[in-house]
Amino acid sequence: MPELSRRRALTAAAALTVTAGAAAAHGTTARAAADDDHGHHSSPDSFDEVYKGRRIQGRPASGGGHHHHGGPPVAVFVDGVELHVMQNADGTWISVVSHYDPVPTPRAAARAAVDELQGSPLLPFPATSATAATAVATAAAAN
Amino acid sequence: MTVRKNQASLTAGEKRRFVAALLELKRSGRYDAFVSTHNDFIVSDTDHGPRTGHRSPSFLPWHRRFLLEFERALQSVDASVALPYWDWTTDSSVRSSLWAPDFLGGSGRSRDGRVTDGPFAASTGNWPIAVRVDERTYLRRALGAGGLRLPTRADVESVLSMPTYDMPPWNSGSDGFRNHLEGWRGVNLHNRVHVWVGGHMATGASPNDPVFWLHHAYIDKLWSEWQRRHPGSGYLPATGTPDVVDLDETMRPWHDTTPAALLDHTPHYTFDA
Repeated sequence: MPELSRRRALTAAAALTVTAGAAAAHGTTARAAADDDHGHHSSPDSFDEVYKGRRIQGRPASGGGHHHHGGPPVAVFVDGVELHVMQNADGTWISVVSHYDPVPTPRAAARAAVDELQGSPLLPFPATSATAATAVATAAAAN
Repeated sequence: MTVRKNQASLTAGEKRRFVAALLELKRSGRYDAFVSTHNDFIVSDTDHGPRTGHRSPSFLPWHRRFLLEFERALQSVDASVALPYWDWTTDSSVRSSLWAPDFLGGSGRSRDGRVTDGPFAASTGNWPIAVRVDERTYLRRALGAGGLRLPTRADVESVLSMPTYDMPPWNSGSDGFRNHLEGWRGVNLHNRVHVWVGGHMATGASPNDPVFWLHHAYIDKLWSEWQRRHPGSGYLPATGTPDVVDLDETMRPWHDTTPAALLDHTPHYTFDA
């Protein structure tokens, strides 16, 4: 499963980044770097913090077509892995791990996701059938 | 003819056959295709873009067709099986027989939310969570966590009394029956039940928990109760609405059925009451 291994490696790399980020918690360096990466100025929904030991970030969604028509203006990350979020018509937010429970801001959605994850690494979205096939095969092999 | 029964009135044999059919769909890989489809729609249905499965008028006919597909898959394993429904206004306790080890199993343990009893507990080896957004491969629940209460019959009555099916802007900001039943506005029925169950049911991959089908079978029944109560009210919008499925437009992913063709459930199944 090279794909799964690659994901694990990326997750591990993100975790290392977080350790470094935690040392500089609330430091402006990480925040500035995140902004520079995408060439955007901070928006009201931008954030970068360590919450319950995990780095959560929100930054303006890049205009590179990653978010199709109707996509949210902000991209949210947990330990460097993107969390799928969505804005409701009334301005509230949800994420794929808390999809039926709107909260006021992208940061609140990121924090709700960390609460829900209970320490588990996030997988890159979408949850694909390839992921499903891999997990089914893994489960079958374990039986 | 398929008769959908209240889960509380199922016999031991009916529960056993329903569970066995679920496990066989899971083993064959057919179950997880349904989870994938649901998650794909939930992340792509947006308030200001194309929306079909959720936060739109077609929430009800889309889930009616989705459940029909699933029920037919169950019946291909065991022709005697029908989807039961969960009336959460009546069976509102974690001590309901719904959550007993001979049916769906109970809540998750506090440490990691893992369901530890019943046929879908990870320890059985029969219910791997394959379509998922994080690395955890075990079924999770947190029934009633944080003191949240399920909707009451009075809450349901207040929504069934709404005479208009749906209203512009045809999304999570709408007034009317559909959005109040879905729960983005008002007393909150459908959404609140997903949150009450917690674990996978609170996520976009909610069909990972078999209670998904029993919850949506009851939402579907409430649609039919609303139709009986408001015979002069029909599905809206009728025509020409961007990003929204009108009465006679076909729905993804099937492309062969319209809301109009799904308004009457009786060619497919009836209810026990």
